[in-house]
Amino acid sequence: MTVRTLYNKLVDAHKVCDLPGGDILVYVDFHIMNEYTSPQAFSGLETKGLKVWRPGAHLAVVDHVNATRKREGPDEASKLLISNLTKNCEKHDIALYGLGDPRQGIEHVVVPEQGLVAPGMLIACGDSHTTTYGAYGALGFGIGTSEVEHVLASQTLRYQRLKSMRVTVDGKTAPGVTAKDIIMQVIKTVGAGAANGYAVEFVGSTIHAQNMAGRMTICNMAVELGARAALIAADDVTHAACQGKAHSEHMDYDVATWKSDTDARFDHEVVINGADISPLVSWGTSPDQTLPIGSKLPSESDMPTPAAKQALARALGYMGLSEGQPLADIKIDRAFIGSCTNSRIEDLRSAAKILDGRKVAEGVTALIVPGSTATRIHAEAEGLDKIFVAAGFEWRPESGCSMCLAMNDDVAMDGERVASSTNRNFEGRQGRGARTHLMSPAMVAAAAIAGHITDVRDFADKGDT
Amino acid sequence: MPSMISGKAAAFAQPNVDTDVIMPKRFLKTITRAGLADGTFADLRFDENGGSRPEFVLNNPDWSDASILVVGNNFGCGSSREHAVWGLKQLGIDTIIGTDFGGIFYDNARKNGLALPIVSEETRNTLLALAIDLKTAQFHINIAEKTIKTATNTFDFEMGETVQTALMEGKDETLDSLKQANYIRAFEAANPNAVKLLVNK
Ligand code: SF4
Repeated sequence: MTVRTLYNKLVDAHKVCDLPGGDILVYVDFHIMNEYTSPQAFSGLETKGLKVWRPGAHLAVVDHVNATRKREGPDEASKLLISNLTKNCEKHDIALYGLGDPRQGIEHVVVPEQGLVAPGMLIACGDSHTTTYGAYGALGFGIGTSEVEHVLASQTLRYQRLKSMRVTVDGKTAPGVTAKDIIMQVIKTVGAGAANGYAVEFVGSTIHAQNMAGRMTICNMAVELGARAALIAADDVTHAACQGKAHSEHMDYDVATWKSDTDARFDHEVVINGADISPLVSWGTSPDQTLPIGSKLPSESDMPTPAAKQALARALGYMGLSEGQPLADIKIDRAFIGSCTNSRIEDLRSAAKILDGRKVAEGVTALIVPGSTATRIHAEAEGLDKIFVAAGFEWRPESGCSMCLAMNDDVAMDGERVASSTNRNFEGRQGRGARTHLMSPAMVAAAAIAGHITDVRDFADKGDT
Repeated sequence: MPSMISGKAAAFAQPNVDTDVIMPKRFLKTITRAGLADGTFADLRFDENGGSRPEFVLNNPDWSDASILVVGNNFGCGSSREHAVWGLKQLGIDTIIGTDFGGIFYDNARKNGLALPIVSEETRNTLLALAIDLKTAQFHINIAEKTIKTATNTFDFEMGETVQTALMEGKDETLDSLKQANYIRAFEAANPNAVKLLVNK
């Protein structure tokens, strides 16, 4: 038996056949849809007179456009997307976790919660952060709308094998350093887009010391490297996370199978020392424009090439910042905790620990949107909502992506600065002209209290951050 | 798509142009593929009041008819939204030449007849320089031979065979793959685990 990477084992296990030209057809075990990247896929089926190959293997979730302050809205166009999805699911006999369903929420939070992911699966979804499922030793990847149509009609996708990259993170991280900081350090080291064309496997003691929520944060944001797949080998922690969920009985897997063989070779290797990682904050408009808290913003003179100087000037201009400015001085207008990267119960607990007994600074609008309805109910049972509300955060009764991409009515205004637990700091991501600073949920909580970006470790008296 | 594409190239060197910039979210609340040309690069093309931003290359009257873009690294990163590709095509862009592209964007492109020739950083920089001068901005792209012919030189580009075929033949991939239905059924029969999942309604 040849020596193989986890990635190649997953691809081999799902190969249906070769196609002319070198692509292969791979079988999709499970496919997830949302309301905004699926409509044209369903109309494609209609036009071509095709039916859904295996309706039971699909799940649709409403999460991107819905309002979270109340169940309705926010506008007619959003309602149309939602009613269109409902109609399509009814017609094709597909499960839908829509508004008001206790299982509804951000797709990548819902799927693990419902036990719909297990080691060895191949999962596709019309959303780039589908890499999240790699945390379970499953091959998850984002697809476009034409591919959504393809998988609906055939339960397969045309696939080209990726190159492989191994990112090793070893060592004990310092207190206050979270999974978010680990992945931001990886992106900073490797570069945004540097993993275009690669499947990345994360290995090492730092990675396996993370709980499933942390592993999902890491695999989720690996797409910001350009990785089309992110993987962490299955272990006992994975196995435990797959038990007792609504779909656990459907899942049949062997934990020992889903790891790379000892001598497996990778096309590219990256090694990071876990002990060197500090809490990180993004200062620019690309997820690799980050710095450890305590640093000063870069200066033009530090930039090696004219192109780099230009990119720096553009990012600073958009962000309304000056070169050499201390990161920790930057005042914020808003704090947002949410998104498929950091809105699980563990994330909420870590932020609540910082906020307990403290108050959000004057002039800061603070918002928290739990990742799913089940997460919200769980958090309320633990009393976390009371801590957030007492601190001055708005606690939303409905779940969804909200200000992660601002497709609903949670939009930051032109020029407003947001401390955000999300994954993308692109120009306009949280609203036209809005300025996003990515950080861990605990760092967002600390910034909300201070009114400016700050080091969460200064709040360490509030437990083991 | 014919195997030869000729047109005017525009230089758009900014790195990490993501799909939010290519197609801002306010244009995504649609259930059709149509009407996306106005949304393409909307925040780069127009200011808050809808006025044209002169600094954006496609707003320059000399380049408003460009059908080729030469772009910075990591173009099309970010979200999976195919709307970005639909919009570019509707705006009249047939080809985007770059060093590397977001993976999902790359796959979406071939399904919609948008060619993405991949070149080295050095070639890309040379092409950028040619594209900023009207006298040399006319490019001829040969998909079959994988070459870009310019006023000064001919450059090679990379493109997988499947992508070449997809662009030149423009076959419907869903219908084409369904020709393998027997293999799909055989896979299901051989892997009972793969067909066990029945998502709770
Ligand atoms: S939370 Fe953000 S990143 Fe995640 S699926 Fe929603 S919009 Fe995408």
